[in-house]
Amino acid sequence: MGPARSRSRTPRGVRAAQYTALAGYLAFLAFPFLWLLSTAFKPARELGSLHPTWIPEDPTLGNFRQAFAEQPLAQAALNSLVAAVCAAVLAVALATPTAFVLARRRGRLATAATGWVVISQAFPFVLVIIPLFLVLKNLHLVNSLPGLILVYVVWSLPFALWMLVGYVRAVPPELEEAAAMDGAGRLRTLVSVVAPLLAPGIVATALFAFITAWNEFFFALVLLKTPEKQTLPVVLTHFLGAEGAADLGPLAAAAFLATLPSLVVFAVIQKRITGGMLAGAVKS
Amino acid sequence: MTAAAPAHTGRRAGHGAWFLVLPALIPILLLSLGPLLYGVSLAFTDAQSGRTSPTQWVGMLNFQDLLHDRLFWESFRIGLLWAVGVTVPQFLLALGLALLLNQNLRFRWLARSLAIIPWAMPEVVVGILWRLVYHPDAGVLNETLSGLGLAGDTDWLSGLATALPAVVVVGIWAGMPQTTVALLAGLQNTPHELHEAAALDGAGAWRRFRAVTWPAIRPVALSISALNLIWNFNSFALVYVLTNGGPGGRTRLPMLFAYEEAFRYGQFGYAAAMGCVMVAVISVLLAVYLAGRLRGGDT
Repeated sequence: MGPARSRSRTPRGVRAAQYTALAGYLAFLAFPFLWLLSTAFKPARELGSLHPTWIPEDPTLGNFRQAFAEQPLAQAALNSLVAAVCAAVLAVALATPTAFVLARRRGRLATAATGWVVISQAFPFVLVIIPLFLVLKNLHLVNSLPGLILVYVVWSLPFALWMLVGYVRAVPPELEEAAAMDGAGRLRTLVSVVAPLLAPGIVATALFAFITAWNEFFFALVLLKTPEKQTLPVVLTHFLGAEGAADLGPLAAAAFLATLPSLVVFAVIQKRITGGMLAGAVKS
Repeated sequence: MTAAAPAHTGRRAGHGAWFLVLPALIPILLLSLGPLLYGVSLAFTDAQSGRTSPTQWVGMLNFQDLLHDRLFWESFRIGLLWAVGVTVPQFLLALGLALLLNQNLRFRWLARSLAIIPWAMPEVVVGILWRLVYHPDAGVLNETLSGLGLAGDTDWLSGLATALPAVVVVGIWAGMPQTTVALLAGLQNTPHELHEAAALDGAGAWRRFRAVTWPAIRPVALSISALNLIWNFNSFALVYVLTNGGPGGRTRLPMLFAYEEAFRYGQFGYAAAMGCVMVAVISVLLAVYLAGRLRGGDT
C-alpha cells in the first residue's frame, strides 16, 4: 500500500533520474562479466582483431578445449572440490556443538568467542601463514591437500561459529524445555527437536564455508607448489603467463568455468547469507 | 548440576555441555591463537626459509630495519591510499544505490540477481575479468573510448599514473554488492511511518535523510565501512592478479610486499615483523572506530 502511494506521488522527472541511475549501476555490474563471456567464446582471430565486438561473430568452444589442454584444469577442479567439501564439512561438524552451547549462554566465554571472530576478520594473513607454513612443513603437509584443508578449517571456524550461533538463537528455548518436560533426554532433544529446525542454517553455513574455500587464493598459493596439487584459483593464474602475455581466449574460458559452481551455490543461499552473514559482520 | 537441571533454568545449558564446546574450542585455540603467537614471536628472530643454522633471537632488529625500509613504507602508503580510495567512493555509491533500491522501482530483482556475480566470484576471476576489460588491444574499455572519439590506446594496468586508479575501480566493483546489501538491510529497518510523518511536516528530501534515514543506518554504515577499510588494507589476490604490484611498485600493497619477502626471498622473521606492524595499524583503525561507536551521539 505504502509503496504504491509513493509511486504515484514521485514526480516523473525524479523517476526518470532514478531509472537512469539504476540502469547505470546494472551496466557497471554486468559489463565485465559479459565481456568475459564474450571473450571466452571468441576464436583467436577475433581476439586479435583491432576492433573487438561484444557478440562473437564466429562463436567457438575451442577456447575451452585449449584451456583443458594447456593446464591441468580438471585435476585442479577436483582438488578445489575435495578441499572445499572437506573444509566445509569439518568446520561445520566442529562448530555446531560449540555454537549450540555459546548461543544458550551469555557468559564471558561467549563474549570472548564473539570478540575472536571480529579479530580474526581483521587479520593480515601473512602473520598467520608463516608459522602455519613452518608447522605444516615439519609435519610434511606442505604441498598437500590435507595441509590446505587443515588451514581452511581453522580459517573458517570462527565465521561458521558465528553464523551458527545466530541460527541456534533463532530456535526458541521453550521448545527444548517442552521436550524436557515430556521426558526427553538432552541428546534426544537435540536430535529430534533442535536439529531439524537447525538443518537449513547448518546447510547454509556449510555452503558458505564451501564457497570461501573454493574461492580462496592466498593460502593455496603459498602452500601448494606442484601443478597437479594446486587448486583452481592458483592454476588460473598460470594462464596469465609471464609479463601478462596471456592467451586471452583460454584464460577467459577457464575463468568462466571456475566461477560457475560458486555462482550456483551462491544463488541458492544468497538470502540466508545476507541475513546470517551480515548480521554477524555488521552488528558487533 | 544434573542432567535434569537445564529444564528449569532454560537458558543455561548445564555443565555437561562444556564437552560439546571442546571439539571446536581446542582446535581454535591451538590452530589460530597458536600460529598467531608463534607469528608474533618470529618477528623477533632471524628466521629464514631453508636455513641450516639454528634460528636466533634478534630482539627489535627486524623492526629497526623496517623503520628504514623505504619500500615498505611506500607500500604502506599505497595500502592506505588504496583502502581509503576504495572504501570511501564505494560507500557513497552503495549508499546511493541502497536508497535507490529501497524505492519501489521495477527491475530491482535484476539488480539483486546481478549483484551476486561480483560477490560470489573468486577474487582471482575478478582480477582476470578486469584484465580483459583493461586490455590495451582486446579490451572493451579502450574499444569503447575510441568509439567515442577519445584516445583508445591506454595500457591502463601498466601505466605509472593509471595503474593505481584502475585497480581501485576494480576494488570498488568487487565490494559494492556487499556494502549495498548491508546498507539496504539497515534501510529496511527504518520505520516507514517516520518518513511519512517527516514528509507531512514539510521536510525536504535532504532534511528527511539527515533526520530520519541517517540516524537509523548510522551503526550499520560505520561497521561496514570500518570492516571494508580493514579488509581492503589486507587485500592480496585481486591486485596480485591485476598487476602483481607493478608497474614499478605503484600498486604493491603491504600484503604483496610481505608475501614477496616471506615466500620469494624467504625472510620469515622480517615478513612477520611487517605483519605485526600491519596488525598495529589495524588495531588503531579498530580502536578509533570502536571509540566512535562508544561515544555514540549523532553528527
